[in-house]
Parts: sequence; C-alpha cells; structure tokens
Amino acid sequence: MDDKARYEGYWKANVRLITILLSIWALVSYGFGIILAPVLNNIMIGSIPLGFWFAQQGAMIVFVILIFVYCKLMDGIDKEYDVNE
Amino acid sequence: MSVEVWTYLLVGLSFAGYIYIGYYNRVRDTKGFYVAGQGVPAVANGAATAADWMSAASFISMAGIIAFLGYDGAIYLMGWTGGYVLLALLLAPYLRKFGQYTVPDFVGDRYYSQAARAIAAVAAVFISFTYVAGQMRGVGIVFSRYLQVEIWLGVVIGMIIVAFFAVLGGMKGITWTQVAQYSVLILAYLIPAFALAFIITGIPVPQMAITFGDIIPRLEGIQTELGLGSYINSSRPMIDVLAITIALMAGTAGLPHVIVRFYTVPSVRAARYSAGWALLFIALLYTTAPALASFAKLNLIDTLNGVSVEAVQNEPSLSWARSWETTGLLSFEDKNGDGVYSLTSGDANEVSIDRDIIVLATPEVAGLSAPIIALTAAGGLAAALSTASGLLLVISSSLSHDLYYRLIKPTATEGERLMVGRLVIFGAILVAGYFGINPPGFVAEVVAFAFGLAAASFFPLILLGIFDKRINSTGAISGMIVGLVFTTVMIVGQRSVQLLGTPEPMIGPFFGITAQGIGTVGMILNFVITYAVSHATEAPPQEVQDMVESVRIPRGAGAASGH
Repeated sequence: MDDKARYEGYWKANVRLITILLSIWALVSYGFGIILAPVLNNIMIGSIPLGFWFAQQGAMIVFVILIFVYCKLMDGIDKEYDVNE
Repeated sequence: MSVEVWTYLLVGLSFAGYIYIGYYNRVRDTKGFYVAGQGVPAVANGAATAADWMSAASFISMAGIIAFLGYDGAIYLMGWTGGYVLLALLLAPYLRKFGQYTVPDFVGDRYYSQAARAIAAVAAVFISFTYVAGQMRGVGIVFSRYLQVEIWLGVVIGMIIVAFFAVLGGMKGITWTQVAQYSVLILAYLIPAFALAFIITGIPVPQMAITFGDIIPRLEGIQTELGLGSYINSSRPMIDVLAITIALMAGTAGLPHVIVRFYTVPSVRAARYSAGWALLFIALLYTTAPALASFAKLNLIDTLNGVSVEAVQNEPSLSWARSWETTGLLSFEDKNGDGVYSLTSGDANEVSIDRDIIVLATPEVAGLSAPIIALTAAGGLAAALSTASGLLLVISSSLSHDLYYRLIKPTATEGERLMVGRLVIFGAILVAGYFGINPPGFVAEVVAFAFGLAAASFFPLILLGIFDKRINSTGAISGMIVGLVFTTVMIVGQRSVQLLGTPEPMIGPFFGITAQGIGTVGMILNFVITYAVSHATEAPPQEVQDMVESVRIPRGAGAASGH
C-alpha cells in the first residue's frame, strides 16, 4: 500500500486504541472514584469501602498500567504499519 | 548525634551532590541548554519529570491536605496523576516528533502566527512564576524549622544552589540533578511511611496497610465521635468534585514545565515510555500520601486529644509538641479550664493543627530515629529545589528563545542566545527569591489560576492542533480568548474577597462549580468555539497540514530534531 494509505491506517489504529484506554481512564476515576463512589462504598475491599479505595488508590494504579499498556501496544502498531524509529 | 547535626550532614551532602552533578553536566550549546541535547534516557527523564512535578507542596502539604479533607483529598490525588495519561496518549509523543525547544514553538508554528507565539510565551512565564515563588518559600520554611536559620537566609542558600546548576548546566544540568533529587525525596518520604505503617498496623507497605489494616474504620469512628465529619464520604457537591478533578488533569497536561520535559528524550517511543515511568515514580509518593495521612491523623488525635495541660508542658515524649508550638503550626488553648485539651470542631476546639505538620512532624511524633527525621528535611529541600529549577528553565526559554530569538532578534548567534538564556535564568532566580522572602498573600489563589488557565488554554490548543488538521489560527485564537476571559472573570469574581478586597464574592459558584474547577468549563468553551470557528472558516495552509501529518508519524524524530 502507498504511504498515504499506510499513514491513515496507522492513525486510525492509534486513535482507536487511545479511545479505548481513555474510556477505562474515565471509568475508574470519574466513574468508580466519584460518580459511582457512594454506591461502591457498600462493597468493602480489605477493610475500606471500594469507592473510597478507587478514589485514593485504585484509579492511580490503573493510570500507571494504562500508560505502559499504550506503550507496549503502540510498539506493535508502529512496527505493523512500518512507521517505527 | 542529635537531629540537628544529622540534618546539617544530610542536607550538606545532598547539596554537594547537586553542585557536583551540575558542574559535571555543564553545557556549551543552546540545544543542551534548552532540551539537554535530546539525549536523556526514558527512565531518567521519568525520574526527572517526577521530581520536576512533585513540589514542596506535594512533599510537605499533600498528606496534610488529605488528612483534613478525607475523601475529598482524592481531587488532588486523581487530578494530579490522571493528567499524565492525557500527556502520554494525547500530547507527549507528537510534541517530541515536532522536535523544537518549547511549547510556544509548537503554538507559533502550528497556528502560523507570531501573536499566538507571543501569547503562549507570556502565559508560560506567568504560570511558571506563580509556582516558583511558592517553591522558594518552601525552601525557607524547611531551613528555618530544621536548622534554626532565618527564612530569608534559607531562601538565599537555595537560590545559590539552583543558580549554580541551572545557569551552568541549563536543561542538562537540571535533568541530572533532578534524577538525584527524586532519589532523595522518595527515600525521605517512603522510609518514615513504611516505619509508621508497620508500627501502627503491623503491615510495612503503606498501600497495603491502608487497605487491609483497620485505620480507616477507626478514623471514621473517631472523627464522627469528635464531630469532625466523615472521612469516607464527600462534603462537596459531586459536580464540583468532578469539575475540579477534570481541571487539574487537563491543567497538569497543559503545564509548560511538564510538557517541555518530553522534548529532552531521543525518540517518540522514549517520550511515551518516559511518561509511564514519570507516573510510576509519582504514584509511588501519591499512593503513599493517603496512607500516611490516615496514620498520621489517627496518631495525632490519639496522642493529643484528652492530653493534660501539664503533660504538654513537661512530658519528655511530647517535646516535639513544644518545638512545633514555637513555630506556630501547632497551638493549644484550654478554653474551658478543665486542665485537659480536647479536639473537636468549631469554637470549642482546643488544639489547632496546621496541615503542614502531618509530614514534617510525623517521624518525631512516631518516635523515629534522628537520621530519619533529618532525611525528611533533605527530602523537602530536594522537592522544592527540583521543581524550582524546572520552572526557572521554562521562564528562561520563554523569554530568551521564544521572545528574544524568535520575535526580537532572529539573527542572534548561538553564543548570544546561550548568553541571554543564562542571564535570564539568573535574573529569574533573583525575582523568585524576592517573592520567596516577601510572598504575596494570594499564592493559593494564584495557583488555582495557573491550573485553570492551563486547562482553558494550552490543553485544547495543543490537543486540537494535533488531532484535527482543519483547526486554523482564527479558530484557535477565538477559542483561546473566550476560554481565558471566561476562566479569568469567573476566578477573579468568585475569589474577589481575597484578590480585590470586596466584602462579598462578586460571583457565586457557577452551577455549583467553584473557582478551582471553573477551568473545566473554560476548556469546554474553548473546544467548542475553536472547532466551530475553524470549520466555518478556511482551512489552514497546506504546509501546516503537512506538518500535522508528520507529527503523527513516529519515524524521523531523530532527524526532525537536527534543525
């Protein structure tokens, strides 16, 4: 395929991945940590309520994982579309 | 050895280390001065970014803020970490591919407008100055508490250290010093936290101790009993919590001193990974902070509630209470004259605790050994100095590169540009030191401003510039003006009591959203207007669209940085 089509395909794959990962990002922070926190607080993790745990621990742990997942998957996508450095 | 001797020793050793690293990494060209020659490995850049990001406020005040806010402290925890996901996925890789020296470089080229470049440079200087004054103040406070020197002398010592490695080494010196400073500050934070977690719960890892120990339920019980409010539930409207968190996330991703760190790595791939390392290093401290907050608060309430007046005056184990009382950060008053101090809410409270004590006093309260207490002082200084140096570099690059070289004298030689950069950073250190010694009274107000403005201006400007080729300068400038004006008017109006001295706030909360979160609304306005105006007017020139195409493709980042 020509360069233009290759670059467009690469960009679409990248935007799709970003959309998925940012949905998880929003779900754990705004969702579990804030909007759903009062409901999740009825469930306990260890000795603390789950909504509180997401707000002060869980969301941050998921954020770190999301960035490394993005890095790893983009390594593959970069190679697949032959745009790697 | 006493705590004071240990403090002199550890602070002295760490300072000698920073000076050596600064001298070893001195630079001779502008590329080294502004972006460390683009040769910083991803992990090292991650550590430098973490040290750059975590200020005196993160190190000294954050756990204390959480201890007093309870659940609502999550605003800062999620807000100041979530922004790194946005950076890693939406901004850093593309800005690295673009491969210039500063954020205004990108804004000026993408929107083919010298006016936009100038506005961006001025905004970067404003945001950075509001921060740096607080850092210098933090240096002064740590010196005065631990080494019994006057605050002004502490600030001057801090200025000399920063001047040494920043003027000589520019970004390269700052980067490698920040790596060392991160190591000092994280050790200083984690060692007492691990010790305290083990003493209180028997579980040494703070993140596990807060989850599986019984601290939070006990704290919730005591807080309710003493009338201090719930620790687990929010005390603010949910819409405000959401808006503040979003504004802090977008603001973090839009802060120039954070973005510019991603210009220093060798490749697009390294930019992505270094964002991951940065957040991992930051999260080590930020997930420890809520644990430390709950342990320290329980410990303080346990120790101080119901303590007798006589014990506070004479008991050897409470000597820390007497030394903190002299700083004014802790105060006792037996209002009802029963010979016992009681902690409660409102006017009947007899023990007032400043939030900054939580981290600084905890090692003493828990009876930890002298070297660990001294390490806390070295850690606080490392946090303040590393953030200050990163901010000073942004001020220097905005003034000497974006304004002087790009706008005033494009014919300047390499040697002239380097000399101007060094002079400006030296001048900025003097100004920052002045504000550290004579702090303006509204620092906290101004910091809310910095995040709101970054969220309502830089973040949408850069994001749309990368993800939508159709955005033109007319749209970007209209959106930025509306976002900035709206945010400024709302913040000044809501905080008019502190900023303008009016008896009542001129504007109330905007649909429940307070000044800290209003940047979110400004950001949404900016997005909508930029998009609508750009699509209604003509497309940007072909070479700008080609540039957007090129920043989306990783290959060629090394070559792109050659110009």
